[in-house]
Amino acid sequence: MTESRIDYYPTHEHSGFKYRRGHTLPFGAHIVSSGVNFSVFSSSATSCTLVLFRKHEAEPVVEIEFPQEFRIGDVYSMIVFDLETEELEYGYRFDGPWNPASGLRFDRNKVVCDPYAKVIGGRDIWREAPDWNHAHQHRGRLAFDDFDWEYDRPLEVPTEDLVLYEAHVRGFTADPSSGVSAPGTFAGLREKIPYLKELGINAIELLPIFEFDEWENSRKHPETGEWLLNYWGYSTLGFFAPKAGYAATGRFGMQVDELKTLVKELHKAGIEVILDVVFNHTAEGDHRGPTISFRGIDDRTYYILTPEGYYYNFSGCGNTLNCNHPVVRNMVLDCLRYWAAEYHIDGFRFDLASILGRDQNGAPLSNPPLLESLAYDPVLSKCKLIAEAWDAGGLYQVGSFPAYGRWAEWNGKYRDSARKFLKGEPGLVGEISTRIQGSPDLYYYRGPQASVNFITCHDGFTLRDLFSYNNKHNEANGENNNDGGNDNESWNCGWEGETDDPGVNQMRRRLAKNAICLLMLSRGIPMLLMGDEIGHTQSGNNNAYCHDDELGWLDWSGVSKNREMLRFTAGMIHFRREHPVLRGRKFFEHRDTAGSGFPDISFHGTHAWQPDFSGGSRCIAFRLDGAHAKAPDQSIYVAMNMFWDGLPCSLPGPGEGKVWKVVVNTSMPGPDDFYSAADAPVLHDQHNVIVGPRSILVLIADQK
Amino acid sequence: MFSVHKQGDVTIIELEGSIDGKTAPQIREDIRPALDETQKAVLDLTKVVYLSSAGLRLLLLVYREFTARNGKLVLAGVSPDIQAVMSHTGFITFFTLVADKERALEAIGGPAK
Repeated sequence: MTESRIDYYPTHEHSGFKYRRGHTLPFGAHIVSSGVNFSVFSSSATSCTLVLFRKHEAEPVVEIEFPQEFRIGDVYSMIVFDLETEELEYGYRFDGPWNPASGLRFDRNKVVCDPYAKVIGGRDIWREAPDWNHAHQHRGRLAFDDFDWEYDRPLEVPTEDLVLYEAHVRGFTADPSSGVSAPGTFAGLREKIPYLKELGINAIELLPIFEFDEWENSRKHPETGEWLLNYWGYSTLGFFAPKAGYAATGRFGMQVDELKTLVKELHKAGIEVILDVVFNHTAEGDHRGPTISFRGIDDRTYYILTPEGYYYNFSGCGNTLNCNHPVVRNMVLDCLRYWAAEYHIDGFRFDLASILGRDQNGAPLSNPPLLESLAYDPVLSKCKLIAEAWDAGGLYQVGSFPAYGRWAEWNGKYRDSARKFLKGEPGLVGEISTRIQGSPDLYYYRGPQASVNFITCHDGFTLRDLFSYNNKHNEANGENNNDGGNDNESWNCGWEGETDDPGVNQMRRRLAKNAICLLMLSRGIPMLLMGDEIGHTQSGNNNAYCHDDELGWLDWSGVSKNREMLRFTAGMIHFRREHPVLRGRKFFEHRDTAGSGFPDISFHGTHAWQPDFSGGSRCIAFRLDGAHAKAPDQSIYVAMNMFWDGLPCSLPGPGEGKVWKVVVNTSMPGPDDFYSAADAPVLHDQHNVIVGPRSILVLIADQK
Repeated sequence: MFSVHKQGDVTIIELEGSIDGKTAPQIREDIRPALDETQKAVLDLTKVVYLSSAGLRLLLLVYREFTARNGKLVLAGVSPDIQAVMSHTGFITFFTLVADKERALEAIGGPAK
């Protein structure tokens, strides 16, 4: 019957290309029966022309101006028939006034990229030098949406059960030591799934994978001559297109299939996929930047502009996307729905998310429509939504980000207090005991799963460097060490940088283990940084955004060199995942609601039941009662002594008919630093222990 | 470009050149009659130099149609490059791949003697 529909026949013809009026929605370019439907929005253009290219060719095959009757409202749409979909690239020319002060920057000499392009050509192979003379660097292509997902769908792991692993797709396997067949790609990452599974994480958070230009702001280091690139990719060209250069098959235009295959295989291994998304700005920069897409289509709709028509810079990257404009808001929604539905993405982490809560003049909103829409969206209802709850314009909303019962946050306060506590600063005991509980001071009405706990992330020192450097060493970035944060709360343990001193190295290892231990025992969602489990170093660089080299790549020889750290980290992750008492959905009530004779959580010091919260204290212990866990569990006792000497601690009881067994003692070298449940030795003295200097001891209550 | 020959009850279809968005629809029409009258088929890709996304989709479609009516179909002679692409994009999991025509006959149950 389909052949009998009249809308499958062209009504117009131009240079041999047949076309007719199209469907206004959805926006973008879609393959329809016998043709391709193009639809694009501009509120102020006077005309629009569809420009079609053969793949890679400089000159267009044809340009078709949208007849005025094809425009409905502000939307231009048309169906072009008999196109060779695989070989097609497209863009638009918009005609209209040039008046930057009013946010009008039309230039019909430029071919701009469709904001809804599902595939973007132009950077097909990572780091392949572009032809800068090419007038149209980034062009839309078509995506097939017929991927065979079989029985897959997003995993919907309860938020409080997640263990996140933050990774850079390229950096994870680009180094030859990774031993994968397609280094630095989605396919390469897929080959490492067994490693991730063994480590025990159940969610991977990928640094930006939307199409970006690694050559943006690229330069050579004045002294070393090394290329410095836009390696991290926090600068989006198109919100619907995966990064072609991250796909081994990008050269064949098959990045969509490759990424979907990665997601499907991660899901089979029980690992969720969370995307780091950057909706705060685009790759077009400020008024001096290139016209790639948004600026040439509808400048004043897509960007927050000053009254003079310049770009507000709340992102620190030149421009600010106008997220609470209804049109832009819909684009963000369409985008996330697309990734959730078409790519089965499990959640999103929003870079500089506070910008999403600013109005069209930049002022913070108390009830931001975009954040509310995302929280209540029917397609996104099971997605994890995680905010980086601050921006570069001075908004800091950790604990106060508009959450609507849905949003979690990167808990920057957890990071800061954990670092200070771990390096032995006094006066942190009270604060750290709050952080361990999931930060009820910040998230009382939202629950501990609102807190993404982390000590390191891509931004800042790696865990190894955190305890190897007092100061950042960013000279390799070519900015005279002026970039990157200065408030690192790091400690070099007595020597700045690498050393052969066995005492210093032993201390560093121990502090790193303490950090992993603290993270895995805290209520909330723990997040690890890629490589921390095998001692990855950036040689003291705390802002490695531009290093597509050994500095930014994971060195897999760490697996054998730092076997002890890997074993410990994997052990702790598995320990967390085996014990529901560590993963409660609710905050502790500090009383016995289960009739076990113990409160759900109790705090202790060198004397049982007598925690020392005084200003000079560096030691705190707590007991989690298994009877209060969300599923029946054992009780756990943790003593954290960040003092430089060992301290004797008297113990609370393990419960009727139970004995304390040792699971973790970071003062011991491996393999006695961690015992699996089957091997955990019974504690010799059930009433008193010595907790070593700068060490954490974990006991578990088991049957006699 | 393609050729068809029979070995017992197995139909062997040899494809040649590029299978991409341009050639795929025609290839599908060309090989359909030969596939329609057999239950056992080998698609020999030894002489295929390029297989695009649309080419892979054509193969998957043919494979699905064929196996839906309980036919047995294997791919033979897929070059390492094409195998890598099929592997990275997940297509490989849907097919039975064998090194060459001889192995294909074994895998498929051989020509009836």
